Amino acid sequence: MEKIIYLDNNATTMVDPLVLEEMLPFLRERYGNPSSMYDLGGEVAKDIAKARIQVAELLGAEHEREIVFTSCGTESDNMAISGVLPQNGDKKHIITSRVEHPAVLNLCKKLERDGYRITYIPVDREGLLNIDKLKESADNDTAIVSIMLANNETGVIFPVEEIGSFLKEKGILFHIDAVQAVGKIPIDVKKLNCDMLSISGHKFHSPKGIGALYIKTGTKIQPLLHGGHQEKGMRPGTENAAGIVGMGKAAELALKSLEREHEIQKLRDSLENGILEKFPNCSLNGAKNRRVPNTCNVGFEYIEGESILLYLNEKNIAASSGSACSSGSLEPSHVLRAMGVPFTSAHGSIRFSLSRFTAKDEIDYTLSVLPEIINRLLEISPFWDSKNKKPTGIRF
Amino acid sequence: MWDYSDKVKELYKNPKNVGVIENADAVGEEGSIVCGDALKVFLKIKDNVITDAKFQTFGCGSAIASSSALTEMIKGKTLEEAQKITNRDIVDYLGGLPEEKMHCSVMGSEALGKAIASYRGVKIKDKSEAEGEIICKCFGVTDQLIRKAIRENNLKTVEEVTNYTKAGGGCESCIPELERILQEELHVADKSEKQEGKIPLSNIKRMQLVEKTITDVIRPQLQQDGGDIELIDIDNKKVYVSLRGSCAGCVASNVTLKYLVQDKLREFVESDIEVIEQK
Repeated sequence: MEKIIYLDNNATTMVDPLVLEEMLPFLRERYGNPSSMYDLGGEVAKDIAKARIQVAELLGAEHEREIVFTSCGTESDNMAISGVLPQNGDKKHIITSRVEHPAVLNLCKKLERDGYRITYIPVDREGLLNIDKLKESADNDTAIVSIMLANNETGVIFPVEEIGSFLKEKGILFHIDAVQAVGKIPIDVKKLNCDMLSISGHKFHSPKGIGALYIKTGTKIQPLLHGGHQEKGMRPGTENAAGIVGMGKAAELALKSLEREHEIQKLRDSLENGILEKFPNCSLNGAKNRRVPNTCNVGFEYIEGESILLYLNEKNIAASSGSACSSGSLEPSHVLRAMGVPFTSAHGSIRFSLSRFTAKDEIDYTLSVLPEIINRLLEISPFWDSKNKKPTGIRF
Repeated sequence: MWDYSDKVKELYKNPKNVGVIENADAVGEEGSIVCGDALKVFLKIKDNVITDAKFQTFGCGSAIASSSALTEMIKGKTLEEAQKITNRDIVDYLGGLPEEKMHCSVMGSEALGKAIASYRGVKIKDKSEAEGEIICKCFGVTDQLIRKAIRENNLKTVEEVTNYTKAGGGCESCIPELERILQEELHVADKSEKQEGKIPLSNIKRMQLVEKTITDVIRPQLQQDGGDIELIDIDNKKVYVSLRGSCAGCVASNVTLKYLVQDKLREFVESDIEVIEQK
């Protein structure tokens, strides 16, 4: 297979070779059950304990026992929100945002059907959260607020620190979905004043199938699953030792690489500025200076996102789109619609997301092939007059 | 990633007939930029034959491929021949489309229909005054288009209706209405199937059919094994027979009755015929 220019790191990431190396023994000779009374298993428990410390350090947790390993970000989100509701039995109000990941949004829709009242906080044209609205909505009936740290589509960062201190004062529980922020910006759960925080391993160079939930000491929460004593009963089921050890190593590496995030930002900016300069009918989605350093979301007018992706794929470039067609749903991304991005460019939105493995020549190559792709699709489009280089002006 | 056929891939990578025909004899538009896909078809027509066809598409890979396929399919055809092309034909030409992408093929056949109608001088109405009632407000889909898609593609579920027409794919508020239309159409289809020969038989008709089936189908098979059958009586749906020749007293006669006589009568006469052996 030819080399892939992988610019879809918000979807998933490559497993760091150092992470894989750390994991392999647990998929080969060190297969023992960590709960067992002999060294083959018992020694594995020590490696899990080490990984717990590594993850706790990445998140700035006070104590590693505050980290519970799960199977993915979705499970962590579900466990956090569903887990605390029965402990706050009489409170029936939940606050979240309109641009959350489906893991939170669809859970909230389910809870709405179960009789909970949900407030979905809007965002502005730049994707920034209306924090005043959030503060107004919080009341004595509010059981929990769940807000993402950074948006997966635009990379826009939400003011969770401010929200955290407000909610702490109010005595309202706060869950942060940090799946798209971890490894991209520094996280300190103490500073954020959150009670729970979700992460997923495969977004920062560990494998799929491993996630974690930070639960502040003293938080009253019930497990989603019921079973054995693993994870102190909070997440029963025999541990995914290889995944846990891998995520531990990835956490250690992420902490180190955070110092180099400005290099990723430099590459992202050169890609973004290059695109915006080359294509006048292209605009940025998301607040320019309030984003994680790896994400660039641009909307091309008059052409459609899935076809851009298919043409990029022909050039071995992997990216993603908020267009309706590429997702299998018929409407463009709920995030872009919540921001009020016009349909004309929402359908043509493309997200490029970089990682520490992205090289400068890959960005240069992408910039060099984009004009051919975009111009070809503009030629096909009924809304663009390629001869006179202007919109046809027709609308149907 | 969609599971696109090789033909679809070939056609979105290198679409044929892209562009505008200046002074086209007919133009048809379908979809809209808001909906996420739109198609404009240009036709050159001479002596009732489509001599050239071009398109412009705003849409995904399958929309480009469907448009390209359509223009290839109609070139050289008379208007009457072209008009008979359904979305199903476009799908077949493409070697299939993912279920969720079927609406791309519908967009093709609709745009063609509009182009031909405009050529014939039928005024094309815009969506606000389109024929039929708009059911899906998100995508402006009328009941007429929905019913047509159900019939031409033999759709059975609301999900399929959404895949083919996009109706119900937005706010979802029209789904109960889609369900109602679908049930109506299914009911109609069911009825017409019955009228094609599945109306309850009269006693005389049933007797005639039983006799004919025994004579033409069952007896020849039994005779091959040296046996025979005699029809004793028919009482409503109970058919009394007697096995003769080597069949009489054969240990397998019960099997013969059930799997040959009764099954054949059920196949050719009525599905609830019961065969009873009179010894």
